[in-house]
Amino acid sequence: MTIEEVQQEIIEEFSVYQDWMDKYAYLIELGNELKPLDPKDKNDQHLIKGCQSRVWLVAEKENAVIHFRGESDAVIVKGLVALLLRVVSGRTPKEIMDNDLHFIDDLGLKQHLSPTRANGLLAMVKQIRLYAVAYDRLEKQGGTING
Amino acid sequence: MKYDIQKMRSYFPVLKQEVYGRPLIYFDNAASTQKPVQVLMAQERLQNDYYGNIHRAAHYMADKATGDFETARDEVKNFINAENREEIIFTKGTTESINLVAASFGEQFLTPGSEIIVSEMEHHSNLVPWQINALRKGAKIVKLPISESGELQTGLLPELISSKTKLIAVAHVSNVLGTVNPVAQIIETAHKRDVPVFVDGAQAVPHIQVDVQSLDADFYAFSAHKMYGSNGVGVLYGKRKWLEQMPPYQGGGEMISEVSFEKTTFSEIPYKFEAGTPNITGVIAFSEAIKLLRETGIDNIAAWEQELLRYATEQLKAIDGLRIYGEAPHKSGVISFNIAGIHPFDLGTMLDKAGVAVRTGHHCADPLMNFYNIPGTVRASFALYNTKEEIDNFIKALKKVAQMLA
Repeated sequence: MTIEEVQQEIIEEFSVYQDWMDKYAYLIELGNELKPLDPKDKNDQHLIKGCQSRVWLVAEKENAVIHFRGESDAVIVKGLVALLLRVVSGRTPKEIMDNDLHFIDDLGLKQHLSPTRANGLLAMVKQIRLYAVAYDRLEKQGGTING
Repeated sequence: MKYDIQKMRSYFPVLKQEVYGRPLIYFDNAASTQKPVQVLMAQERLQNDYYGNIHRAAHYMADKATGDFETARDEVKNFINAENREEIIFTKGTTESINLVAASFGEQFLTPGSEIIVSEMEHHSNLVPWQINALRKGAKIVKLPISESGELQTGLLPELISSKTKLIAVAHVSNVLGTVNPVAQIIETAHKRDVPVFVDGAQAVPHIQVDVQSLDADFYAFSAHKMYGSNGVGVLYGKRKWLEQMPPYQGGGEMISEVSFEKTTFSEIPYKFEAGTPNITGVIAFSEAIKLLRETGIDNIAAWEQELLRYATEQLKAIDGLRIYGEAPHKSGVISFNIAGIHPFDLGTMLDKAGVAVRTGHHCADPLMNFYNIPGTVRASFALYNTKEEIDNFIKALKKVAQMLA
């Protein structure tokens, strides 16, 4: 599936919930199901500091694709992290760079991306893109990066 | 007491709406209150009928606006019982009031080695301006610590005050804990040692009776937008003897007496501190907000909000794993809490979806969050238009979302 197809699939999944409480109940479910990070990965190097909740993001490149792992101390943010990882993890840098992550907006969860709301999610989306750009450059130069 | 809550709510049509398909419950009043129709109409009246710049031109529109602007100053003076109308300075908010004093008082009175005592429960806006100006002048900030119950350890004050102490800055009411601090007692202690006191009254003026003369406060600051007025309007009260000694904070129009390219002499107070065109609309509409508070009676409002506080506290305490931060015997209608094992951001987000507007986060009081070693709290804060039914629905919603998040 392409990044776009996964985004459409997520939008489809959420479309069954009319009530906001139900949408968020599903997010909480996804958050609870997210595989926790190894405690040693929850370090300052991986921390994306938000105003209200903390988010950690780890990126590792294997062959042509980047594997992302992440977690947050707030379960709703964890749910959003789970969705993001589902879309971007295991993709090539080029795929990530070429695709707009519009599904968050489409789901009506955009309030979590506003810079003033600052829960680390906007910073996480930026960080994902930065990793993609960095790995893309390195690929062209033949180097490595310690994510 | 007969408190006509239905009449009160009728002044705030904004409250009659649904958010996310549920009736709005607005419990974020410590951040900003809603505005009544009286204030909205005053804003509109000025804009439609007689808008003009104040204190400058000799024409009908400007004269009328100037008159109403100065009437607002009298309203404020009477409301907090200041001795002179010249002691009321309009600013754009409490934050600007604090920055004004920090910069101007600091310029005049701080020297290398000076000390400013600031309490541990302050909003960042009553800490950072002092830090900035202390740094500028080589002065030092000294902490007045709090206790686990969220009360100032005022007993330590006599030891903390030294010959180097130039000022004490303290909140009248904590924006996180709701604690009503014993500022009269603090001021008395400070004055015995000839130390002036700055009081951040942003969370106090809408909720409790404030009399700056009986408090004997040297400076007292608050914001219109937390007391049913417009945003962008604040007040700085300062004793004449201090304001007259302090240099201007900003230069510009209105604050001058005579200007040549070589030298400028400044206006008298309060105009010396009111450079530039102020928020004319907001200040004039502020009169209406004060009128509402005055006519309702601040004691009646306080009694109503105390009853809401008591009612909500009792029900919150019955929830498993819930901890309230700030359990001082003397509190205003602010409740900060957490539920064990749940992040405050998650609680706040879910309450929002249930139609309840609360504040979550560190409330611009990081030192206080560090004291309790927490990332933040959920804060519910009440105003004169809130009801027990709203609290019932809030508790119901809270129990439901806590279950979802557990």
